[in-house]
Amino acid sequence: MSDSDTFDPADPKNQKTVGNIRSDNPRMICRGVEVFYADKQAIFNISLDIGKNEVIALIGPSGCGKSTFLRCLNRMNDTIDICRVSGTIKLDEMDIYDPAIDVVPLRAQVGMVFQKPNPFPKSIYDNIAYGPKIHGIVTNRTDTDEIVEMSLRKAGLWKEVKDRLDQPGTGLSGGQQQRLCIARTIAVNPEVILMDEPCSALDPIATSIIEELILELSAQYTIAIVTHSMQQASRVSQRTAYFHLGVLIEVGPTDQLFTRPLHRLTQDYITGRFG
Amino acid sequence: MNKMPQPTESSVGSCRSRTIDIVNRGLKRRYRAERRFKIYGITAIALSLVFLALLFITIVGNGYSAFRQTEIKLDVYFDPMEFKDKLAADANYLAIVKDAMRSLFPDVSGRRDKRSLYGLVSTGAAFQMRNMLLKDRSLIGQRIPVWVPADDDVDMLVKGHMDRGLPESDRRLKDKQLAWIDQLAADGRLHKAFNFSFFNNGDSREPELAGIRGALMGSFYTLVVTLLLSFPTGVAAAVYLEEFAPKNRWTDIIEVNINNLAAVPSIVFGLLGMAVFLNFFGLPRSAPLVGGLVLSLMTLPTIIIASRASLLSVPPSIREAALGVGASKNQMVFHHVLPLALPGMLTGTIIGMARALGESAPLLMIGMVAFIVDIPGGLTDPSTVLPVQIFLWADSPERAFVERTSAATMVLLAFLITMNALAVVLRKRFEKRW
Repeated sequence: MSDSDTFDPADPKNQKTVGNIRSDNPRMICRGVEVFYADKQAIFNISLDIGKNEVIALIGPSGCGKSTFLRCLNRMNDTIDICRVSGTIKLDEMDIYDPAIDVVPLRAQVGMVFQKPNPFPKSIYDNIAYGPKIHGIVTNRTDTDEIVEMSLRKAGLWKEVKDRLDQPGTGLSGGQQQRLCIARTIAVNPEVILMDEPCSALDPIATSIIEELILELSAQYTIAIVTHSMQQASRVSQRTAYFHLGVLIEVGPTDQLFTRPLHRLTQDYITGRFG
Repeated sequence: MNKMPQPTESSVGSCRSRTIDIVNRGLKRRYRAERRFKIYGITAIALSLVFLALLFITIVGNGYSAFRQTEIKLDVYFDPMEFKDKLAADANYLAIVKDAMRSLFPDVSGRRDKRSLYGLVSTGAAFQMRNMLLKDRSLIGQRIPVWVPADDDVDMLVKGHMDRGLPESDRRLKDKQLAWIDQLAADGRLHKAFNFSFFNNGDSREPELAGIRGALMGSFYTLVVTLLLSFPTGVAAAVYLEEFAPKNRWTDIIEVNINNLAAVPSIVFGLLGMAVFLNFFGLPRSAPLVGGLVLSLMTLPTIIIASRASLLSVPPSIREAALGVGASKNQMVFHHVLPLALPGMLTGTIIGMARALGESAPLLMIGMVAFIVDIPGGLTDPSTVLPVQIFLWADSPERAFVERTSAATMVLLAFLITMNALAVVLRKRFEKRW
């Protein structure tokens, strides 16, 4: 291990990330991202590329800032009054924190799936149709039907719900609800999908279904997923980023990071010494 | 480590049995405390139920008889002479009633006795004759039996609220009148019928003619104004403050002041209404429009607070879901948050309206306490409201107004209970679970 694997918790600002933060074909480029909640700094100087059509897993112990970082990527943190973000995040050459940027189209391009399944208390059909409707992607019933069916098929939910599209989405099981939320996200055809621990509220069977779905979706979308499960990260992602106390410690190809970590903290975490 | 006490520490067994002993010793005391607390609670509930029952028993006991009114059967003769050279509307109907009374008791003579005989029927009888005739002119020249309302004293005697045993000078009905009434009862010319005039008439100085229609309509118009003003304003204010307003010192001040407004005594709103709406803007006195304005001021804070609480209770996950698919803040609020918060807002509004319906103090200040006989037909007609009508009747000396006061209270309570029940039903029915 090299000299750079030291970590001083008192001085997170000067911590360097080991591994290759760059991607050959980047879709999102983050440089020097820092987030403050009022006076408390939550993440420090994070630079990371997210490549086209790759699944990148963000792992780390609780409170390490991985969700905070994920929420920066579609400016979900804007909803928290005391939250401030600095640094640059670019989506295809567009600086998303540019004051001239409108968050509404941004969030249509960078969709999000949340930790707890949160379907609208409306019918399954309306859950999917809502996004396309407000963006004006669909204007008539046939187009809407088509996009609802396509989204549900992509999310692997069509067969289970096609006969009860008019029933409330909240009546589905937890795993089905989460796939409904994924279908709702892909209905607006985003370029990037952010997933914040999408399986943490689900049982193992539902989890494996969602993991398969993530792999299928990666052919078409760029996916960033926050997860607590290292097995999940190794199953679904091509690259993995390890966060610790608000610092991005190490980034690398998933198989390499889990077998030959460069940093001592990464090794401690993946071998279960803490976390 | 060295300072640990030596004895009995070695044996784990004795240690455990000691713990159980301690637990057992305390157990009785714990259960006693629990039972004691339960008894306090049950006593409190029982006590409040007793008071509630007492209230209802008094009101219903006093008021139920007001829903029936004593009537006297007269054989009325519409004398064609009376209508010969007068318009039907101007005929002397009082004379017709008096004739009918005299024909029942032909022996009565002398001014005084005749006066007390005529006093047995209500002055409303003449109006009843007039209305009958105006409806059907063919009655002229006919003799027909008609039930007319008895005077309130007769009514009270029949309902048993007047003591026959008192000396004549202490009674409102004299011995002769008692004899006539007994005679009427023996002839089957006296009965109690449902008191339609209580629901169809406005206020009156004569208790047997006084009704709550005027006050009900006044309350209705006042509440319409209150609802139209306070619901949209309150909801809009709540949505803005909760969802859109920046959180800074100004919004803090506004919030504190809204909470303060909710605690302001209602009479103060009455004073404000008098100073602003009557004296400054010159709006009419005693009008439901002004009453509604004043009650809106009073109800607004209640609605705003309830609406904000109900907006706040919409889970953040729904907001995130909407923002996550790219809804704008406006769309998030109006497509998702507001529909989910609406049942709670409606509940708050209904409870606020119920409070406004039962309010009398601020309305006294703007002149809605006037004696108004006419039933109001619009927002600017002079009128009064139910609680003020109750206040007015409670102040009247006639014994018959006692039961009317209670009866009006029953009607008011019925409306209040209905509104509160509606609020509960709405909440139960539209409460969304997620």
